[in-house]
Amino acid sequence: MKTALTVNNRINRLFEQKQGDILSVYFTAGYPKVDDTRLIVETLANAGVDLIEIGIPFSDPVADGPTIQASSQVALDNGMTLEKLFTQIKNIRTSVDIPLILMGYLNPIVQYGLPAFCDEAKAVGIDGLIIPDLPMHEYMDQYKALFDQNGLHNIFLVSPQTSEERIRLIDKNTDGFIYMVSSASVTGAKSDITTAQEDYFKRVNNMGLKNPALIGFGISNKVTFQKACAYAKGAIIGSAFIKQLSAEQDLQTSITGFIKTIKD
Amino acid sequence: MQYTVDDNGYYGTFGGAYIPEMLYPNVEELRQQYLAIMEESSFQKEFNMLLKDYVGRPTPLYLAQRLSEEIGCKIYLKREDLNHTGAHKINNTIGQILLAQKLGKKKIIAETGAGQHGVATATVCALKGVECVVYMGEIDIRRQKPNVERMKLLGAQVIPALSGSKTLKDATNEAMRHWINNPVDTHYIIGSVVGPHPYPDMVARFQSVISEEIRWQLQEKEGRTQPDYVVACVGGGSNAAGAYYHYMDDEQVKLVAVEAGGEGVDSGKSAATTFLGKPGILHGSKTLLMQTPDGQVVEPYSISAGLDYPGIGPLHAHLFEKKRADFIHITDEEAMKAGVGLGKLEGIIPAIESAHALAALRKMKLAADDIVVVNLSGRGDKDLETYIKWGNY
Ligand SMILES: Cc1ncc(COP(=O)(O)O)c(C=O)c1O
Repeated sequence: MKTALTVNNRINRLFEQKQGDILSVYFTAGYPKVDDTRLIVETLANAGVDLIEIGIPFSDPVADGPTIQASSQVALDNGMTLEKLFTQIKNIRTSVDIPLILMGYLNPIVQYGLPAFCDEAKAVGIDGLIIPDLPMHEYMDQYKALFDQNGLHNIFLVSPQTSEERIRLIDKNTDGFIYMVSSASVTGAKSDITTAQEDYFKRVNNMGLKNPALIGFGISNKVTFQKACAYAKGAIIGSAFIKQLSAEQDLQTSITGFIKTIKD
Repeated sequence: MQYTVDDNGYYGTFGGAYIPEMLYPNVEELRQQYLAIMEESSFQKEFNMLLKDYVGRPTPLYLAQRLSEEIGCKIYLKREDLNHTGAHKINNTIGQILLAQKLGKKKIIAETGAGQHGVATATVCALKGVECVVYMGEIDIRRQKPNVERMKLLGAQVIPALSGSKTLKDATNEAMRHWINNPVDTHYIIGSVVGPHPYPDMVARFQSVISEEIRWQLQEKEGRTQPDYVVACVGGGSNAAGAYYHYMDDEQVKLVAVEAGGEGVDSGKSAATTFLGKPGILHGSKTLLMQTPDGQVVEPYSISAGLDYPGIGPLHAHLFEKKRADFIHITDEEAMKAGVGLGKLEGIIPAIESAHALAALRKMKLAADDIVVVNLSGRGDKDLETYIKWGNY
């Protein structure tokens, strides 16, 4: 049974319409320049990306490797805030129709005020949230009702160490997709996928979960993207994309060029 | 026990385990097992043996005569500075290395600020022949050089934390990232009562030996187990938690928590968390945190590396909120004067962290018959360079 919420959510719609090779891209809002957010989102959407994760920068991103740490620091030095982010993506729905997810650590969200955050996220047309340091039981007790009211899917991470029992619990309590962290690792581009990783992808794939999965962390190029897509509906590229942005090149050209190397 | 952790890992509204899923299996394993392991008789036997024969416990409870005269009441110093490696930190690392071994972990990581916890971790790893990696902020590496060399002498690898403010908070971030990258064979020995549940409770329990001893030592000397005051400095809060532990529910004993005021709480260069912070989430727990209105963690400042942390443990946030402990802040200058003063008065050069607790004595309203226990958390050897630079002695 699909609820009304599920039907209207762009994340669910995407997975209904597209069965594989879903390309999701993460970038840190406020990087490289504070006002680049909107241009990056629009360029990614035009380049044929299926889903975008907009990172909310935080001073202490413990799940992130050097690339995202550095982009977060630059974004904060640029004066990026959650308030600015909401202003930048106001009316984004006039130009972009793919699902948009906000990804960030809990503290900036809590300081913004949870109800206000949910209101704003809904108002600008956000479809889902990834909050790596929000514990599941706390989400169930204190966040889920509010997220649901605002049409926000909370996306959970699983890692190679996550027990089968817990993966099933996560699957039960989530809607949208499951974020499979590709290895025991913080974020960061890696050049290959090992057979041990493939075994883990297969294991989760064979569990018959109700939610589709996307694989993220370490996906960096066409080879790793395609390998990941063999075991999941698609994959997420973060650090490798941010490295493209660091190059002193015209943003649109470098974004479009990079996405082409993955898709073609 | 209204001040100990509840079944969900909270102290009132503070605490919890706000960790990414990648750390969940490790932290959950620890949560399920720490109490059972700590209660095993084989664990207790070895823990107590090592505290006695290796660390040198019990540490003396020393009546500081000349200091008492100067302050005008009876002051006892709990001599944690006399522990092996020179601070209270080793009480916790002995406990955690034994626990790590029971969990079958082969490698140890730690973060350190002043280097005392890093040295205490490197020490127990050498004792047990376990590989040890310590993360330390690049700035702290510069200001606590002797401790860096001590860790290396003990066979540990010291990795500079180059991100963010390059101090304790960033060393903690780096250690957490290392743990995410090495989840199976590695145990993370956190050095204070911070981090996700069960760390604050586990570390407090290992440090609780401090107040356990104070009780019987004071009974011997004064015919009573309770002092009027227990005074301790608070960085993350582990020495304070240990000194308070067996008195927390005994409201007759006043608890005084001393934070680093830096150059003054209004100067923008301070680490006085309860005065400058508000509830927030860092390093796995909800606690009081120095932060911008936007929720970014603020760089703290203190002359003392061990107090240079933007948060406090969730237990202390709870003690603050419930007004169970009195929180005082002491400036760099007040602390340095008190540290130099103790050398001249008692022949004891304290760690600059502990000097903050001593300086608080001059801010308290004490009666002549008051009995005060100051937890002298560490010795000043590591701080000689800072004392020398300070001059004025
Ligand atoms: C001597 C000494 N005292 C106190 C502290 C502060 O830590 P805590 O508040 O956990 O006792 C440190 C930390 O490095 C220390 O070395």
